[in-house]
Amino acid sequence: MVGMATAERYILAIGTKKGLWLANSEDRKQWSLSGPHFLMSEIPSIGIDTRDGRTRIMVGVRSEHWGPTVAHSDDLGQTWTEPEQGAIKFPEGTDAALERIWQIYPDAESRPGVVWAGAEPISVWKSTDGGEHFELNRGLWDHPHRGEWGAGYGGAAAHSIVVNPAGDNVHVAMSTGGVYRSLDGGTSWEPRNKGITARFMPDPNPEFGQCVHKIAADPAVGGRLYAQNHHGVYRTDNNGDTWESIAEGLPADFGFVMLTHPRREGTAWVVPLKADGERIPPDGNLAVHRTDDAGSSWKRLDSGLPHREYNAVLRDAASVDSAEPAGVYFGTRGGSVYASADEGETFSEVASHLPDVLCVRAAVVSHAG
Amino acid sequence: MSEISVLLPSVLQPLAGGQSVLTAPVDGAVTVGWLLDAVTGEYPVLGRRLRDETGALRRYVNIYVNGDEVRRLQGLETEVAAGQEVLVIQSVAGG
Repeated sequence: MVGMATAERYILAIGTKKGLWLANSEDRKQWSLSGPHFLMSEIPSIGIDTRDGRTRIMVGVRSEHWGPTVAHSDDLGQTWTEPEQGAIKFPEGTDAALERIWQIYPDAESRPGVVWAGAEPISVWKSTDGGEHFELNRGLWDHPHRGEWGAGYGGAAAHSIVVNPAGDNVHVAMSTGGVYRSLDGGTSWEPRNKGITARFMPDPNPEFGQCVHKIAADPAVGGRLYAQNHHGVYRTDNNGDTWESIAEGLPADFGFVMLTHPRREGTAWVVPLKADGERIPPDGNLAVHRTDDAGSSWKRLDSGLPHREYNAVLRDAASVDSAEPAGVYFGTRGGSVYASADEGETFSEVASHLPDVLCVRAAVVSHAG
Repeated sequence: MSEISVLLPSVLQPLAGGQSVLTAPVDGAVTVGWLLDAVTGEYPVLGRRLRDETGALRRYVNIYVNGDEVRRLQGLETEVAAGQEVLVIQSVAGG
């Protein structure tokens, strides 16, 4: 399927502080933009589900007035559906209310109805009906550590969910709390943060409590994941048992983004920011950095990006597509969105002057006509 | 039996079938919480816009009974009787 350009097009969903924009392209260079959808609601999470022969766009929507909800579209954004009773709702007895959906993660091709969600307050959810209704993961909600997990600057949330193709290994990252791993499909959870530091805590090497900003799995090497931490960039080769630094060669070890290649071993992208106290690209020079050797070395990529940019790129405001070569996309808090059709070697601007970009997701879809 | 009317802001009216006023039949005084249950029963999405799943009024949703915001009264336990006006208004929020 990949590579037949005449039969495919690309969609890029851009979630912002004040609504959703959808971009379309046939070549990943020229884009047409529609929107805003959900004007005045923030869109902190998007999942594009291309399994099972359809394209479903799911969005986490949050109105300052009217609260959070999940909506989906099966016609590329022409119409949206919101389940009447709400797709994500804390059950009675939890005494909790949903604040924000931080992550919508369609599972593997082999489990076409399964969609995971990460939310604030810190919680993980699983849907088996394509994202229309989710159930709270009780193993994590009832975890004895939960009372000690804290709030990062943006809120206390489970923001990263990674499931291995077999479905038994699930890794969740939360701010703050760190990485938790389940070996039984989400029934029980253990912290897996050895090697990841937490400079902001009295013990900088705690069992849990780290502020991991984003994790992503290597698509070709089982048990290998990458993490962008609140200072620190790491890799694990043993399913999270231990993490080692791969920050050498980067201009800074702070940032939010961690992307991995859809197929190729050892390839990952980060967007460094100077420091937690200075959340701007180092020296105001925006650049993506890519490794092709699992973090042993990094290549700076800034062709097509502005020479001066003082806005940050948030953890989910970056995405890859599944094409060959892979597309790389990201947006800034200044409302600029960039796309690369060549794995980051060159970027072009998709949009500018949008509200703060919170989330982008890209997908390859079949031509309708 | 009498009625109590709840007036909705225009932004919420599409969630109530386009209506600007929802009414509930009452026999004596009821609480604001009961009234919201009654008028949103047919419109669950509207109900979720006003209150979260614990039943709490969302932070930036204000409900006025005869000109008083219910948080300054008894919250959702505030009593309202037939003939009184109940207004739903979003407060100032965001940037």
